[in-house]
Amino acid sequence: MFTAIRRITRAGFVGFWRNAYVSLASIFVLTVVLFVIGATMFVDQLLTTSLGALQSKVDINVYFVPTASEEDISSIRKAVEALPDVALVTYTSREEALENFRNRYSNNEITMQALNELGDNPLGANIAIQAKELSQYESISRFLEEQRLQALPQNPVIETVNYGRNKEAIETLNTIMDTVERSSSIITIVLIFAAILITFNTIRLAIYTAREEISIMRLVGASNMFIRGPFLLQGIMYGLVSGVLALLIWYPIMVWLGPRTEAFFEFNLFTYFVSDFSSIFMVIVGTGIVLGFVSSALAIARYLRV
Amino acid sequence: MIYFDNVSKLYNDGRSAALQEVTFQVAPKEFVSIVGHSGAGKTTLLKMIIAEDRPTDGQVFFESIDIHQIPRTRLPHYRRKIGTVFQDFKLLPNKTAYENIAFAMEANGRTDDEIAENVPQALSLVDLSDKAWNYPGELSGGEKQRVAIARAIVNQPDIIVADEPTGNLDPIATYEVVQILRKINDLGTTVIMTTHNKGVIDELGRRVITMDEGRIVRDDSSGKYVL
Repeated sequence: MFTAIRRITRAGFVGFWRNAYVSLASIFVLTVVLFVIGATMFVDQLLTTSLGALQSKVDINVYFVPTASEEDISSIRKAVEALPDVALVTYTSREEALENFRNRYSNNEITMQALNELGDNPLGANIAIQAKELSQYESISRFLEEQRLQALPQNPVIETVNYGRNKEAIETLNTIMDTVERSSSIITIVLIFAAILITFNTIRLAIYTAREEISIMRLVGASNMFIRGPFLLQGIMYGLVSGVLALLIWYPIMVWLGPRTEAFFEFNLFTYFVSDFSSIFMVIVGTGIVLGFVSSALAIARYLRV
Repeated sequence: MIYFDNVSKLYNDGRSAALQEVTFQVAPKEFVSIVGHSGAGKTTLLKMIIAEDRPTDGQVFFESIDIHQIPRTRLPHYRRKIGTVFQDFKLLPNKTAYENIAFAMEANGRTDDEIAENVPQALSLVDLSDKAWNYPGELSGGEKQRVAIARAIVNQPDIIVADEPTGNLDPIATYEVVQILRKINDLGTTVIMTTHNKGVIDELGRRVITMDEGRIVRDDSSGKYVL
């Protein structure tokens, strides 16, 4: 058993070297395929992160009337926090709101004078709500609207909910994200399907050139595993070498792309490439190995019948 | 040792036959030549022995085993008992002469020591010790066929099946190959060979089976080429 494995391994390596042209052709095709798979992966990552960043900037604000009592505010706040769709609620008290206002308009003499003349804090507390999904803002705002209408007219709590003003922007963003996600997953599926077909055909051609050898091996009394082994090993080697090559090609491209994506998407692809290198390596090289192995196994099965 | 029992092979159209009711047997240590025109069924006959083709009727026995009842997974084991030699040599082009012969032993599960010992012996038997590390592309037709014979005998098979082994060779190479086959037979291995070559048959003076249109028409114990 051990001897057989050793012989199969040696035959795999020897075959890889002696059929250098066939090996090179397969590796070239597989490298291109893995490069493309890498490209879809990185674009997907870029879109997910930058859209996610965009999404986290969206929120709706609830402004309370200045006279609202602490209990009323905190009960609404708790009710909102209890909603399953809500990801984050940030509370800004009346004093903090005033502080923020002062900071923002510290250069504006007239506004500051007007504020000082009032003597009292004219601002109400507010909460900022972030939903888990863009599509959930609609229902959250409906809930808030109900809360606002429930309050007694002589004792209002909520002054305004600003969803109405942001509605259009949020909906547009929602549509864009849906479209991008759907089309990028369709493109990924199509590309990966094409990649599998191309790899399979290339390796099938490589093994087709060896069909005569396979029939000779059978006549000499070699068992199927003994014939198949070296070809499977070669498939794995094609995948391994191609994966490493594809990553080597990606490296300088990433160095170049890094600062550019940083500027445009606020996401540095090069940093991602370096920090997540182990998982990227696993995906690219792993895909190569699986593709090479499966293609070899399928291609050789044809010549082992009879 | 080999026994054909009323073997027929019909092609898919159901009318033309490669073999018709062929019955004969080969005893151990015999040297049997099968002659006949192209299409007489010689090659089909040999393919039955190495289980590359199945009869539509009748049975082929190797010792007491019905060859065509052997399950697919056991076929490699059966084939290791038979050495095969072909007109077109069928050497592995990416392996040297030595490696071609060693491959048959590796496939057979022999140890490295046995391989290191037997391959040079087989090469010297066919007088090719000096070409051990040449690839088939660097050998002449006669040399290739001698490598193929060395590969066929290296596992000490019970029987050598040779399909037109001299078909692609010039007269001198033909003579050498026939002498080697005769030497192997003298050492105790059964040989079954098909041929077109009248000179080979007359030179051998051994048993000759003559085929025509899928039937055995003559079977002479010390035959001449009669067609």
